[in-house]
Amino acid sequence: MQEIDEILDRHGRREDELIAILQDIQDKKNYLPEDALRYVAEGLGTPLSKVYSISTFFRAFSLEPRGRHLIRVCTGTTCHVRGASEILDEVRRSTEIANGQTSGDSDLSLETVNCMGTCALAPVITLDGKYFGKMNRNKIKALLRKMALAKEQ
Amino acid sequence: MKKIVISVCGSTGCLAGGAEDVVRKFKEETGKLGAESVEVKTTGCHGFCERGPLVVVYPERTMYCGVKESDVPEILSAALNGRTLDRLLYTDPTTGKKIQHEYDVPFYTKQRRILLGLNGVIDPTSIDDYISRGGYSALRKALKMSPVEVILEIKKAKLRGRGGAGFPTGLKWELCANAKSDVKYVICNADEGDPGAYQDRSLIEGNPHSVLEGMIIGAHTIGSSQGYVYIRHEYPLALKNLVTAIGQAKERGFLGKGILGSGFDFEVGVKRGGGAFVCGEETALIASIEGRPGEPRQRPPYPTESGLWGKPTLIDNVKTLASVPFIIDKGAEWYSELGTSKSGGTMIFSLVGKVNNSGLVEVPLGMTLREIIYEIGGGAPEGKEVKAVQTGGPSGGVIPRRIFDLPVDYETLAQAGSIMGSGGMIVMDETVCMVDIAKYFLNFTTEESCGKCTTCREGTKRMLEILTRISEGKGKQEDLNTLEELASVISEASMCALGKTAPNPVLTTMKYFREEYEAHIDGKCPAGVCKALIAYSIDEDKCTGCGACAIVCPQKAVIGEKGKKYRIEAEKCIKCGACRDACRFGAVVVT
Repeated sequence: MQEIDEILDRHGRREDELIAILQDIQDKKNYLPEDALRYVAEGLGTPLSKVYSISTFFRAFSLEPRGRHLIRVCTGTTCHVRGASEILDEVRRSTEIANGQTSGDSDLSLETVNCMGTCALAPVITLDGKYFGKMNRNKIKALLRKMALAKEQ
Repeated sequence: MKKIVISVCGSTGCLAGGAEDVVRKFKEETGKLGAESVEVKTTGCHGFCERGPLVVVYPERTMYCGVKESDVPEILSAALNGRTLDRLLYTDPTTGKKIQHEYDVPFYTKQRRILLGLNGVIDPTSIDDYISRGGYSALRKALKMSPVEVILEIKKAKLRGRGGAGFPTGLKWELCANAKSDVKYVICNADEGDPGAYQDRSLIEGNPHSVLEGMIIGAHTIGSSQGYVYIRHEYPLALKNLVTAIGQAKERGFLGKGILGSGFDFEVGVKRGGGAFVCGEETALIASIEGRPGEPRQRPPYPTESGLWGKPTLIDNVKTLASVPFIIDKGAEWYSELGTSKSGGTMIFSLVGKVNNSGLVEVPLGMTLREIIYEIGGGAPEGKEVKAVQTGGPSGGVIPRRIFDLPVDYETLAQAGSIMGSGGMIVMDETVCMVDIAKYFLNFTTEESCGKCTTCREGTKRMLEILTRISEGKGKQEDLNTLEELASVISEASMCALGKTAPNPVLTTMKYFREEYEAHIDGKCPAGVCKALIAYSIDEDKCTGCGACAIVCPQKAVIGEKGKKYRIEAEKCIKCGACRDACRFGAVVVT
């Protein structure tokens, strides 16, 4: 919990810094572990219910551990009209992971995003933060295979 | 020897296309050649994102499109020998001619790039670059003006809120300046949540100091010493460049204590959003900065009276704040002449979707949709016909081609049932289904509704259920009336703009494309999108028996042998479209 203490101190142990504190914890841990949330509530002297409320209100937070790799498929309007649902279907099919889920071996998580702001390159996905634009079925398949993330059929 | 500057677009869009490798290669190559007369620079977004990565070579302003790492030596040798590399120049699709200069490309000729003027020119991580182009001179000027003078100038400029609602900025500043309080705040709303809009990201990535300068002028005018930028967490590069810019501005005395020798202090902090669309609403955004869930509250009191921690707060969009230095610097008259009689200046639109020239376009308010979509955007790709344009994100509406002569302005878009919003313009062609689009937006709103108002939380869900039913061919004629009724209750009884405007995508598609709704009720999806209403088959006359379709089919639903005609087994087909994409002969048909 030393890491969490450092984060709390950096934000002056102020309750109004709660969102930033949780963001920092998630940046470090990849998700928000339950014991960390309890520790934050204690450290700030704030009800656990409030910490829980913040961590479930905002889409950026995850209460489940994420996989070592993260694919985010943009489903913004532009990506939608340029075929994002086909891309998402293909990712689901190739990786056998449902949207919002992590694979059993914790290797990969799949999420959708409302818009990544790279609409001219639609449809777009990111893999571990790197952008891949103008995707199509073949490109996504090739990428997943290259990264050894596709389940062989 | 004259100095050659090679500027590579380093915005998120071009980085996705490999711009980082291009920059590295240019640096390597110039280093190898010892070419001291060449400067390699990473800039912000040039706007023409579709053709990225973009490289512009100065002083000629030769623009190269789709540049790859392997193209670098050739570009460099051409630049050093005063030649151009024709192969990578933009080709005008109508004339087939190569165009050398950035400013001659039709995508740019009709634009008035004011806010985006320095994007693509300066290095966003260099404050000196910004200052050498006149940066922070407006702040110097504003510090010598009284708050009343600044407010008058903004009022005369007819600047209105670029976040979408179009509230007169001068009036907002005046209300906040007149509010009596020892503490006041300035917030820059960079929680750009509308899917399809990314101008705020590009502006902060490409020219963060212009936004800061606007904030500092605002703070001086209303009497604030603390500001915040609330920025989406999905924008890592914008966040990085903004933090760098704040640090530099502090070092140079544009932020901090006694700014530029005056008695005025101002600090700017950065708050990352948590990925909730509703936080673009000002009261929800404020709640989120205070560390609470981003739920909006009833207005009045407006933030100008009681905002962050109950203190008067000036909250403006990125583009609004970035407009301020230009108004102060060049004068209200110059600025107001750019727009219409009711709104001055330019607006940045993200022209995206089914359009040839995708990217960010900055035009004077009052330009028609037709000019923007056809003359700048070059119409729909693959010879298809543009059907409509969606503006204003989930709060906006769909505008059909037949009224494209509409001059774009806050009022005209509202009359058409849409809104300006944060400037997203998503072009749709004949392959886009209007019922599907309405369903898409309602799905978005049901997920993003904060849940506070029953009408928004439950009403949008009921609308989505009906739309889903219609898209599956199970709709009834009465459903259309129920949709209208629900729409009116939701917009009357929801508290914030998210709920009030949530029905707009449904209402506009029903108003302008009612025949598509009726076709779905009759069991047909004219655009061939709604899966329950379409079937895939193979046109025997076109099928060459190559078997590409059978290889890609994940369901093994395509049956046949090589060299003979293939067919699709309807029971197994999941309508994923893989066969259609794989067929090079157009033999897979959707009916």
